[in-house]
Amino acid sequence: MSTQLEQETEIEEEPTESRESVAERLSEKRREQIQEDLDTAEKTIQLKVFRYDPEIEGKMEPRFDSFTVPFHKGMTVLDALIYARDRYDSSLTFRHSCRQAVCGSDALFVNGQQRLGCKTQLGDLEHPIRIEPLPHQDVVKDLVVDMQHFYDQMEAVEPYFDPDELPEGELEEQRQTPENREKVKLSTRCIWCGACMSSCNIAAGDNEYLGPAAINKAYRFAMDEREGTDRKKERLRIVEQEHGVWRCQTQFSCTEVCPKDIPLTEHIQALKRESIKNNLKFW
Amino acid sequence: MYQHDVIVVGAGGAGLRAAIAAHEEGADVALVSKLHPVRSHTGAAEGGINAALHPEDSWELHAYDTMKGSDYLGDAPAIDTFAKQAPEEVIQLEHWGMPFSREEDGTVSQRPFGGLSHPRTTYAGAETGHHLLHTMYEQVVKRGIEVYEEWYVTRLAVTDHDNPEDRECYGAVGYDIKTGEVNGFYASDGVILATGGNGQAFDHTTNAIANTGDGQAMAYRAGAPVEDMEFVQFHPTTLPSTGVLISEGVRGEGGILYNGEEERFMFEHGYANNEGELASRDVVSRAELTEVNEGRGINDEYVHLDMRHLGEERILDRLENILHLAEDFEGVDGLDEPMPVKPGQHYQMGGIEVNEHGETCVSGLYAAGECACVSMHGSNRLGGNALPELLVFGSRAGKHAAGADMGDPEIPTGPSAESEDGAIESPVEPGTIGDRADPVLSDGGAVASPEELLESAVEKERERVDTLLERDGVNHAEVREKVQKTMTENVNVFREESNIKQALRDIREAREQYQHVGVADASRTYNTDLIHTIETRNVIDNAEAIAIGALAREEFRGAHWRQQYQERRDDEWLKHTMLSWNDGTPNLYYKPVILEGHEQTYEPKVRSY
Repeated sequence: MSTQLEQETEIEEEPTESRESVAERLSEKRREQIQEDLDTAEKTIQLKVFRYDPEIEGKMEPRFDSFTVPFHKGMTVLDALIYARDRYDSSLTFRHSCRQAVCGSDALFVNGQQRLGCKTQLGDLEHPIRIEPLPHQDVVKDLVVDMQHFYDQMEAVEPYFDPDELPEGELEEQRQTPENREKVKLSTRCIWCGACMSSCNIAAGDNEYLGPAAINKAYRFAMDEREGTDRKKERLRIVEQEHGVWRCQTQFSCTEVCPKDIPLTEHIQALKRESIKNNLKFW
Repeated sequence: MYQHDVIVVGAGGAGLRAAIAAHEEGADVALVSKLHPVRSHTGAAEGGINAALHPEDSWELHAYDTMKGSDYLGDAPAIDTFAKQAPEEVIQLEHWGMPFSREEDGTVSQRPFGGLSHPRTTYAGAETGHHLLHTMYEQVVKRGIEVYEEWYVTRLAVTDHDNPEDRECYGAVGYDIKTGEVNGFYASDGVILATGGNGQAFDHTTNAIANTGDGQAMAYRAGAPVEDMEFVQFHPTTLPSTGVLISEGVRGEGGILYNGEEERFMFEHGYANNEGELASRDVVSRAELTEVNEGRGINDEYVHLDMRHLGEERILDRLENILHLAEDFEGVDGLDEPMPVKPGQHYQMGGIEVNEHGETCVSGLYAAGECACVSMHGSNRLGGNALPELLVFGSRAGKHAAGADMGDPEIPTGPSAESEDGAIESPVEPGTIGDRADPVLSDGGAVASPEELLESAVEKERERVDTLLERDGVNHAEVREKVQKTMTENVNVFREESNIKQALRDIREAREQYQHVGVADASRTYNTDLIHTIETRNVIDNAEAIAIGALAREEFRGAHWRQQYQERRDDEWLKHTMLSWNDGTPNLYYKPVILEGHEQTYEPKVRSY
């Protein structure tokens, strides 16, 4: 069981549980520790965090919890969430792993925008900071969303290298010009965080739309000079289908939120151009 | 129960490579990982992949550099096998479409790296691990290899014969993080552990939060010894506030280290008169901390890494990712100012004892990648040698588990390889505490038919999960922080006897606290409180093994520096530190280093750069 959190849906704003009541359940020792952290911090910051659990009484209705965390320079949204979880409430749930913007686990909806928690500085945000799960995806629990649909779309574009022919001799590499590598370089930076898909209005309305990340993956291979022309045609057929590149209305929301600065919208337009070229016939 | 020929636990570089190899050998293989494969920490590797590709280079030179880098604690058969096979693995990756950085003629670029006699580090920008991980995951998708993602393997199904060499592994127990289901993964041909590092035993680390040494701890408790655990690499260039890694590639491209007095200390204070910044990682880390300890650091904490003189174009071409990391995680613009750096835990040279086919002494149990110790890194790993290691030995383990005939291994494993008993004066009793039947703490399995054995392991894990969820108790974060803090304070770059003993006392205290651990979140849905609680026990076991090894080894070799013993002592210490769980009462012993290689016998020399 899960619930869908719509971007435009008005969620009950009033936190049903204040920090004080979260803190009330803590041991005295823990309370003292938090108080000391707060007292010695440069300043404190309030987080309003979306909470939901499909099986726990009192959490089945989505709500926001408030946590006051100590702030120090350089602190990120992920650091703040970890503090809230480890000090106030160990049931606070979110994905995270590398802490350095490469594993793509912690794409969140922070103050109304898709961002990676680990590379978003608290100091750059308006307070209080509102943290929600990625919109347009089923919420599994708290800030964790179901990524399966995203993965399915990624895998739908046959996301693997398929060269025309491999060089003879086991230790012979395929040559690739530095220019061609440059052309696909940005597309290979994708970390599968799902921020782009979540920000895309088209994906929100058309569940079958491949979405910016999957199309970008297709671009990575379609533009690689080492794949042959027949393979390229097959790749273009996949992306020019009804729920492919032509759905994109160039709103640039995916490009704006991409934490790896991949020019997603441009890549989608490039594949539109390639598709047209591919379909032109001269009599 | 899920059934496959081969089960690979962990889906980072080693796991993916093993799965592909097993699949190519015809096995029905599945990957089981607590993360989706692309979330694995291999993706954070920056610098590169060493392989002797150039005609003027040779596998023999690569092997020699690796042996020298290991400070003569690597086993020659492992190192030779590695150096010979690394080129074909790199070319294989290239054939799979890995976006390597290229030369003008379209060939794969290679750059200099610390401790290498030839520029043999292939790379893809400063994001080599990211590209390696994604390229291999693409191949897994292409082959339709089954992936159980966000399934956390918590226990191995291993028989309980007295001698670990008689034991057999028939599978593993997993916990589905999304739903709370506990189930068995039956493996008719083998379980390959590829769970990565254990950096979470320290609090300043480049490792991911998920790197809790799960494989090392599970194998150790199931009877496979762990080897050379005291050898922990501290990377010299990590950002002070987060531990985020700044690639050795920066120094490879010409980056310079300065102390607070703007001296190029690697040369000016004589730490490495030939190689300077590109000396081996252990040498540079100690140099930086010496500068700081002698009052020549910056803010008494770090030194500066300057790459401004390389110019914007070269930096953007080869090190662009570094600019983003310095900006996002330290607020520093690397084009405009030097970057603050200090040593941080980075890599575990030791791990589960395996031979060059990836086999542990427990039949059917394999390990590959950072969680394993074959041993090729010995007491210090060279930069750019971890990624080719996971390719070479991941591939070999996968192939062997799938039934390939690879001949007799040259590296012996298990208690029968013991050459000498070990002992330490530990201030506390290490190992298990209290009731061995306690479901939260016990791990062993009864001898039975393979299916029954797995089913009983599943039952025990169900019981453990239920108990943890139902009882109130200490929060895991408190226990884990205690371990991390004492390890970073006491078993760091510089090690003193009294400090290591203090760490052992603190770890014991953490273990006692863990007896009373409880999970506050009662939910079966995505319960990270439970996952972190189970992981914390693994963190304790890893930390304890590191500290025991550190106290035992009375010499200075590679990454292991002891205040009382300022020299490498080859007459006594050319041997691996082995620790077996021994059903809860850890047993320390040694086995000899093998210096006899395929072409030559390596003679230990003074290691200078």
